[in-house]
Order: sequence, then C-alpha cells, then structure tokens
Amino acid sequence: MPLSEMPNLVPALPELFLAVAILALLMIGVFLKSDTADNAMRTSRQIWMLSILTLVLTALLVLTVSGERLYTFNGMFVTDQFAVFMKILILGGAGLTLLISRDYLEMNSMGRFEYGILCIFATLGMLMMVSANDLISLYVGLEMQSLSLYVLAAFRRDEQRSTEAGLKYFVLGALASGMLLYGSSLIYGFSGTTNFTVMAEMFAHGGDYAPSLGVIIGIVFILAGLAFKVSAVPFHMWTPDVYEGAPTPVTAFFAVAPKIAGLALFLRVMTGPFGDLVDQWQQIIVFVSIASMVLGAFAAINQTNIKRMMAYSSIGHVGYALIGLAVGTETGVYGVLVYLGIYMFMTVGTFACILCMRRGERMVEDISDLAGLSKSQPLLAMALTIFMFSMAGIPPLAGFFGKFYVFMAAVEAQLYGLAVIGLVTSVVGAFYYLRIIRVVYFDEAGDPFDKAVSRPIAFVVTLSAAIMVFFILYPALLLDPAAAAASALFGG
Amino acid sequence: MFEIGLSHYLSVAGILFAIGIFGIFINRKNVIVIMMSIELMLLAVNINLVAFSTHLNDLVGQVFAIFVLTVAAAEAAVGLAILVVYFRNRGSIAVEDINMMKG
Repeated sequence: MPLSEMPNLVPALPELFLAVAILALLMIGVFLKSDTADNAMRTSRQIWMLSILTLVLTALLVLTVSGERLYTFNGMFVTDQFAVFMKILILGGAGLTLLISRDYLEMNSMGRFEYGILCIFATLGMLMMVSANDLISLYVGLEMQSLSLYVLAAFRRDEQRSTEAGLKYFVLGALASGMLLYGSSLIYGFSGTTNFTVMAEMFAHGGDYAPSLGVIIGIVFILAGLAFKVSAVPFHMWTPDVYEGAPTPVTAFFAVAPKIAGLALFLRVMTGPFGDLVDQWQQIIVFVSIASMVLGAFAAINQTNIKRMMAYSSIGHVGYALIGLAVGTETGVYGVLVYLGIYMFMTVGTFACILCMRRGERMVEDISDLAGLSKSQPLLAMALTIFMFSMAGIPPLAGFFGKFYVFMAAVEAQLYGLAVIGLVTSVVGAFYYLRIIRVVYFDEAGDPFDKAVSRPIAFVVTLSAAIMVFFILYPALLLDPAAAAASALFGG
Repeated sequence: MFEIGLSHYLSVAGILFAIGIFGIFINRKNVIVIMMSIELMLLAVNINLVAFSTHLNDLVGQVFAIFVLTVAAAEAAVGLAILVVYFRNRGSIAVEDINMMKG
C-alpha cells in the first residue's frame, strides 16, 4: 500500500471526534478567564459541562458507526459489536463519574478545568484499548489511559495522601507497562508479527505452528501487565492505597472505567490472537481469579475506611469477572459482559453515596460515620442498602444476575471448583456488605451528614438504584446487546 | 571468530530488564533511582525489539521501538512532575518515607 493512500477513517470516527474535542476543550479552558477564584470556578464548571457533553456525543457516534466488523489503519484498529458494547459502558461509566464529581472538586478547591479534560483523555485511551488490534495500538492506548490516570490520582496536589497515591500508582503502573511491553517484544520476536489477526491465524489449531517457549513467556508477561491494570490478585498491592489516597471522585472513576477497559482488553487479547492457546493460559487465569475472589472477600472484612473497603470489593469483583474469561467460551464472555454492565451502575451508585458523606463541608470516610444514616437521610440509606445488597448478590437485585451468568458459564464448562469457590467467597463477601447495612440502620447515631445533596448526585443515585431494582423486569435491555457483543468477539 | 547473534542481544536485554525490576524492588533509598530502573526496563525492551527487527528483516519492530521511546519520555515527564508535587508536600523523596497509608 502506498503511504499516500488515505486510511478509512469511518471506523475510528468516535475516537477522532473525541481527540479533536479534547484539544478544543483544552484551548477553551486556557482562553477562558480564570484570574480570580470566581472566574476559575466558572471556567472549570463550563469545561465540566462540555466534557460530559463530549462524552455523550461520542457515545452517539459510537452507536451510529456500529455494525459489522471493520478494520482500518493497516489492520491496527478494529471495531465490532464487542467494541461498541464496551465503549458504551466505558463512556457511560466515565460520564456518570464525571457527573458526580463536580461538588467535591469545588468544595475542596480542586476546581481546575484540567480535571474534566484529563478524565476524557483517559477515556480516549480506553476507547483505543478496546479497539486495539495490534500490539502497538494496544500499548499506545494503554499508556494514554495510564498517564492521565497517574496525574488524576495526584490531582489534589496540596494534599499529602493524594500525591502519595499518585506516586505509588505511577511507579507500579510503569512497572506493569514495562512487563507488558517485554511480553509484547517477545511475542513479536517469536511470532514475527504484532497484528492480532495474523497471530490468530498463526496460532490456530490445524496450522503447522506449535507455540514456542518465547511466545508462552510473552503471554505470561502480557497477562501480568494486564492483571495489574485491572488489579487482579498477585498484582493488586497498589489498589487499596491508591483508592484511599486519591480524591473520592477520582477513586470512583478508577473503580469503573479503567476496570471495564482493562477487562475488555483482557477478553480481546486472550480470546483473539491467543484464543487457540487456551490450554496455555487457562490455568493462570483460574489461579488469578480464585486468588482475587478470596483476597477480595477476606481482606475487606477488617477495613474501617470505606474507600479501602471498596478497593478490596473491586478486587473481588474482578475475580468474579475473570471466571468468565477462564471459561474462555462465548457463554463465559457473555457472563463477563453482563457482569461488567451491572458492576458499572452498582459501583457508580455506591460512590455517589460515598460522596454524600460530608460533615460541615468536610468529607468523612470511615464506615462507622455512616451510623444513624437511616434516621437523618432515609432515602440515601435506602439507596445504599440497595447497592450493598446488589454487591452481595442477593436476588432479585441486578448484582445477583451478574454473578449468576458467570457461575453458570463456569458450571457449563465443568469448572466446578471455580464456581464453588466463587459461591463461598460471595457468602463471605456478603458479611461485610451487610455490616454496612447494620451500621446504617442499627448503630447508635452519630452527627448527621450535611443534608444538601446536589442534583447530579441525586440523579446518579436514583438512576443506579432504579437499574438495580428494575433490572429483573427488563433484563433484555442489557442481555441482548451483551449476547450480540460476545458472539461478535467469536464470530469473526 | 566469535559471532554476535540474536541470542546475545536477547541476553543483554533480559539482564537489563532483570536489573530494572530488581532496582525497583530492592532499592530502599530514593525514588529517582526507581525512575531510572523504569527507564532501564523500557530500554531493555527497545534492545529486544530492534534485535528482533533486524533478525526478522521486518521494520515493525523498529517502529514499535520509536513508539516506546516517545511514550517513555512522556512517562518520565509525568513521573517527575508527580515526584516534585510529592516533595513539596512531604519534604523528602526517600522510599522509606512513602508510608502515609499502610501497604
């Protein structure tokens, strides 16, 4: 192909739009007045609104471009039903977390316009990851996401805990990127290509190619790097510290969007190019999944800080989602997609509740501070109860169905051990979710929280709680797209 | 005469990569040294990529190496910026002082 030939830009339209919009927003932010505190606040609020608008428009573009599988940029970029499903989840998660972040930012004098821009920059990186069809585009997308996230973690730059979180995240994140990269270089060297499509043909059963040791070591390194990004167990050590130290809206963002993008990448890489090497990596994923579920369940019990508890809870959730990947079939992937869709709303809702934990304009983060919430703010207490029950996986709430589909996939694939351990750990996990409900309803009331709940937070809490409760009435809204996405990943 | 081939390059890259990893975990003194270790890991990957690229007679590896160099520069900039902010708050960049939160 001559270099002058124009690549087909249509499949990458949402990403291109987002990139151009980010640059425009950056210029707008710089040129709007922010000489006084009032002006800076107004600028940051305008950019915040425009960022959310940008995400909504990008989501619309993603939906219009959707459809059959398309490659572009010399096969480095792919869009299909799977990518569309994941991108909508990521954009939704990013948009909702951005929505609930405004008041916290303004209250803690973090109201700088770069916040929204960094968030959507990270989102752009995630969209690139989801559509990556080449080791190079995978790496560039991943780094684009990670570099923005490092800065976001340290965004409250006058506070020691936030900068420490940023530093820890940066060091361990760079280590993980290095491992992923080393694995990529080995795979490139021993397979001779960086393209996923070519790799998939090369490793397919019936081909004359037996995977060499170099390729297998490369896969292990890539697994380690990806496991770090989704905070699965042997590589989870950064999660509690970063979740605790980072500003709460940033923690909410971390818990939702990068997790979904990381798991999307996991699914794409493991079932795509390495799909026929399932015997080589299945054991590792099974181990990672079990370890994540067990640690997520047991380590959360002793936590007193609610953000730290949510960190361990998210490690556990990643473990459940990885069950579906360990199965490695279409049903398994279907289970993961349903799980992620429900997880997104559940987590955003919970963090919206956490953002309401304010006393006299200050955030409080201890679980014991929730005592007496049922008397001072019964509606908020009700919503938090719904989220906690849903996280524990109690029917008929949505969280139950997420777990149900991955466990069913595991049973179908005769991975009974995995399903049983998953059930046991969700019972253990239910203990600490129910403990929060006990504190909310039965503990001696402390000082009540500030009553004022801003409109965006109220909206997100209501929306997520409604989805948790009414999912059972309209499950097809999530299940059908998830099924289409899962079959697109395998249908080719 | 002793011929230098692919395996030699891979060994050097492997050793550099291992030094980088150990530099991060064993080093207990200074965060700057950790940043240097990270750079070392990325450079090891670059040696790998370029060695494979010439061995396979395929340019993709060298293109990949250019991308890695670019991203490594951006990463160092972000890392140093975070480090400066941290130093302003804490007044120290010793590894043993990064302990506000347990873990």
